[in-house]
Amino acid sequence: MSSGVTTAGRRLRFEIFRLNPEDPNSTPHMQSYELDETPYMSLFIALNEIREKQDPSLQYDFACRSAICGSCGMMVNGRPALGCRTLTSDLPDVITLHPLPVFKLVGDLSVDTGTWFREMVEKTEGWIHAKEAFDPDAQEERMDDDTADAIYESDRCIECGCCVASCGVANVNDDFLGPAGLNRIARFAMDPRDERDNSEWFDVVSNQDGVFGCIGMMACHDICPKELPLLEVYAYLRRKALASAFTD
Amino acid sequence: MTGKLVSTDVLVIGGGLAGERCAIEAAAAGHDVLILSLVPPRRSHSCAAQGGMQASLGNCVKAEGDNPTLHFLDTVRGSDWGADQEVARIFAEEAPIAVRELAHFGVPWSRVRGGKNSYFIKGERVEIEERPENEGLIMARDFGGTAKWRACYAAAGTGHAVLYAVDQEVVRLGITVRDRAEAVELIHDGSRCWGAVARCLRTGEHFPIIAKATVIATGGYGRVYGQYTTNATINEGMGAAIALNTGVVPLGNMEAVQFHPTALSPSGILVTEGCRGDGGYLLDKDLHRFMVEAEPEKQELASRDVVSRHMAQRMRDGKGVETPYGPHLWLDIRHLGEKHVTTKLREVFDICRDFVGLHPAHDLIPVRPTQHYSMGGVRVNKDGQAYNMEGLFAAGEAACWDMHGFNRLGGNSLAETIVAGRLVGRSVAKFAAGMPLDTNTSLAFEATRHAESCAEEWLGRSGDGPGVYELRDAMGETMIRNVGIFRTGEELEQGVNDLRTLHEDCDKAVLRSKVPGMNPELTFALRLKSMLRLALVTAEGALARTESRGAHFRTDYPLRNDAEWLNRTLVRWQADAAEPEFSYEPVGLIDLPPGHRGYGSDERIELTTPVDDYNADVDDQQEQHGKLGTMEPMGSRIKWRAWEQSV
Repeated sequence: MSSGVTTAGRRLRFEIFRLNPEDPNSTPHMQSYELDETPYMSLFIALNEIREKQDPSLQYDFACRSAICGSCGMMVNGRPALGCRTLTSDLPDVITLHPLPVFKLVGDLSVDTGTWFREMVEKTEGWIHAKEAFDPDAQEERMDDDTADAIYESDRCIECGCCVASCGVANVNDDFLGPAGLNRIARFAMDPRDERDNSEWFDVVSNQDGVFGCIGMMACHDICPKELPLLEVYAYLRRKALASAFTD
Repeated sequence: MTGKLVSTDVLVIGGGLAGERCAIEAAAAGHDVLILSLVPPRRSHSCAAQGGMQASLGNCVKAEGDNPTLHFLDTVRGSDWGADQEVARIFAEEAPIAVRELAHFGVPWSRVRGGKNSYFIKGERVEIEERPENEGLIMARDFGGTAKWRACYAAAGTGHAVLYAVDQEVVRLGITVRDRAEAVELIHDGSRCWGAVARCLRTGEHFPIIAKATVIATGGYGRVYGQYTTNATINEGMGAAIALNTGVVPLGNMEAVQFHPTALSPSGILVTEGCRGDGGYLLDKDLHRFMVEAEPEKQELASRDVVSRHMAQRMRDGKGVETPYGPHLWLDIRHLGEKHVTTKLREVFDICRDFVGLHPAHDLIPVRPTQHYSMGGVRVNKDGQAYNMEGLFAAGEAACWDMHGFNRLGGNSLAETIVAGRLVGRSVAKFAAGMPLDTNTSLAFEATRHAESCAEEWLGRSGDGPGVYELRDAMGETMIRNVGIFRTGEELEQGVNDLRTLHEDCDKAVLRSKVPGMNPELTFALRLKSMLRLALVTAEGALARTESRGAHFRTDYPLRNDAEWLNRTLVRWQADAAEPEFSYEPVGLIDLPPGHRGYGSDERIELTTPVDDYNADVDDQQEQHGKLGTMEPMGSRIKWRAWEQSV
């Protein structure tokens, strides 16, 4: 839990990665900015302050500024984090910001997570494979509330990309589904409305691009801004894969 | 440099819930659909809706006996009779189907737990035995201004869960999404729309998209209130603006702006109405629960306009907690207990911990009313077809369809996105079916050239004029100060004058940065004048409306005036005209006659004409204001006087 309380009169120094791919004269470099800290200053407030008062060319992404849209993943002093919910009071006087790795750079701190996640959803067919077409006149199918809660728990992923950026495997293997991808699979695998059976999941999960590609460093679990229980998710998927190997 | 021309059957501008649901309907009918979105669709502001989605499923004990007629009644009363009642009826009838369809798409709705359940109702802990035969059906929670528990939910992340489920369908159907792209101008000939000019937010390049049908689903314009909004940074109202900029498409009820009672102070981050629905209290600085005497019947669960006004008044009376950022009140959900707060209100727990460092099961939450929702928007008929512009449609918050009138009920916006998305999607599909794409591409390139020249003009400016962010901040301060919860003629006039000055200053503003590519400062500058135009029509509409209705409250005209103002504001603004033009049309056919809402003031100036007389020329009058023909005749969906058994 953050205190939000600031050390009186701190002067912060930001070291920010800069590259504008649309500018032929732009080369990758770090640029320094200084700012007086204010109470409850988040990186959302700080970066806007820098862009609006010091350097209007600075690129980054924010939308909801309440840690629900997942736009503002960035490397903060070497750790992936959501900029909007990172308070400067939790950081030292020098704050170094880089764009998330793995994703294609749009410019400065802005990366293309949209394309990556759309491909992930296509690859995992991350939608309900319904048994029947929707009947507008029928009452809803029943579901146990505990099941609904469990699905919601893994449905809470906001696809910010922090886990992917933190993942040793995703950083070297472009085809690895990544923590967010594996979590998506678990979300559908546990949903009774999805008709895919164990053997179908086996093909997606049980190879080196799936859950057995994970080498267990678990940085994803530590940094997930939504605190998804990824450790349990992988255990669930491994058990499921194993079960399907023995039953088929 | 101009990018390649793109063509499609249906262009949907906006990748939030309304746009995506509309796209699904059009794609399922076999059309080629392109969604244009500022951000990847799952980052649209629909994801930030928290507490629930209204639909009269009637599955839990506190929802027994609920039906679309009761939902219709609550919605019309909530709107302070500003709504189009036929649209409110269509909406209430289709909302249950929309919620069940979302269950089919995968939304993990909370479900009824049979047997003993413990709830907080009006300050008391109550044990209720849920019927075992309803076990596993979709659960609902209480929300403001409703007769029954009707808000279906997934913890406090309902918008997120719904958006992901709908976007999954978009991917499943293989619908093309172009994210990081913005529609900056409609391609039209004054009476027919043929798509839009887009600007790529990766490269800064403009490119024309020609389409048989174009849908605006860009959400609200909350950011004209600067930082004093719960809205995301992307809710700058550009969909409404490009419609207004055609000069012929009217915007409806722009002065109808909702303030949500409980935004976190001072950041403005939303804290769901579900907190009060689940039994939370509002307290003043003396920890006094003032809503009990202010609204004995509904207490904290009156409609948002009424609760926000009581809160603002409480703070004016010196009962707010003073801070350097202005006063606030308290939201108290401590008595709901740790388990409830960390599960059913989990997102509230997260927000409180992450942004103010407190635990809502142990600490009070600092809140104040903050701009939240735009009831106004692109005026459309019941099919979602824009006035005066064939081939242009709008849905969701960007539209003035108009089921919310002057106040939207909590949970009715998520429901509207899906119901309207389905319905407008069907009209769009029908409109585009079998129609050739026989436009003149020079129209498209002319519009593209115009959009490019706007960017070039900004880049060509020099000197020491004001900066764009300075003007934006001044606009936000003016809007919150002069066009806020309590409005007076004098303050509105001052606001209009200040906004006019800012509108002129916008032509003198200069960029500090001219870097190639998307250039974030230029990207914002290109929106600034449009935002000022939206702010101006909002302020001028509020100044002209000399009554109080829903969220529009004039302290100098405190009564609702059905004799003179039972109408909808329409505003058009010709491209080169100095002034917008205002006109007024009837709200629509009236089924439920104007009366008391059941909360708030019971005083009003009564309608003097009989309802039948009012209804007699609604169709003709709306046609004169630009309404295009509908697929079914006006009034066909009204269930006349069906409400009589329920009052």
